[in-house]
Amino acid sequence: MSTFFLAIALGICLLMLLSMYRCLFGPTVLDRLVGVNAIGSKTVVLLLLIGFLYERVDMFVDIALAYAFLNFVAVLAASRYFHKRKGLYEESFTE
Amino acid sequence: MATLLNGISIFFMAMGLLFFLGGAVGIIRMPDFYSRLHPAGKLDTLGIMAMVIGLVVYNLHHLSLAAVLVSIKMLLIVFFVFMSSPTATHSIVDAGMRAGLRPWTQKSRSGKNHLKAGKGE
Repeated sequence: MSTFFLAIALGICLLMLLSMYRCLFGPTVLDRLVGVNAIGSKTVVLLLLIGFLYERVDMFVDIALAYAFLNFVAVLAASRYFHKRKGLYEESFTE
Repeated sequence: MATLLNGISIFFMAMGLLFFLGGAVGIIRMPDFYSRLHPAGKLDTLGIMAMVIGLVVYNLHHLSLAAVLVSIKMLLIVFFVFMSSPTATHSIVDAGMRAGLRPWTQKSRSGKNHLKAGKGE
């Protein structure tokens, strides 16, 4: 079962790399924010899996909860910060 | 009994990985910003729910007070993500709307060449 958890964790890392494409090459700032949000929500599950691999779930579940909260606050703050940026519509065509 | 619980756990976690895969492919392949938020907002939430349910079933192998408390905390993470993920998605959409980012249409697609020519009317 530990091998299965390791395989699932590696699969999640691969999917995070796929979302990383949108972070790096996203046409606008908000596309990058979408990619960061997707990676952050996958990281919560990854932390729980690391806890099962080290057999310290009681500690890692608190870290995962704190990470979910920090991810939420970070996305809210970033979207409040970027909502006055002009020229996003023209930017979105330069792929 | 343990084999059955392992099977249920493996089923839920494979399902969660499938949802995550759909979300990642949708984020890469969708044509514009607003349609990219659709897989990012929904499939990630459902993927987290399936994954954590699989982990909870595995964690409740040896029934004790500590295991039950840890499982309740994991379900608390699911509850919090179900509250926070739609709020974050709505906030990103609101930022796009306030910044004047218009949704994708076929017309704006043909306007792509127009903008590339650099002759704004």
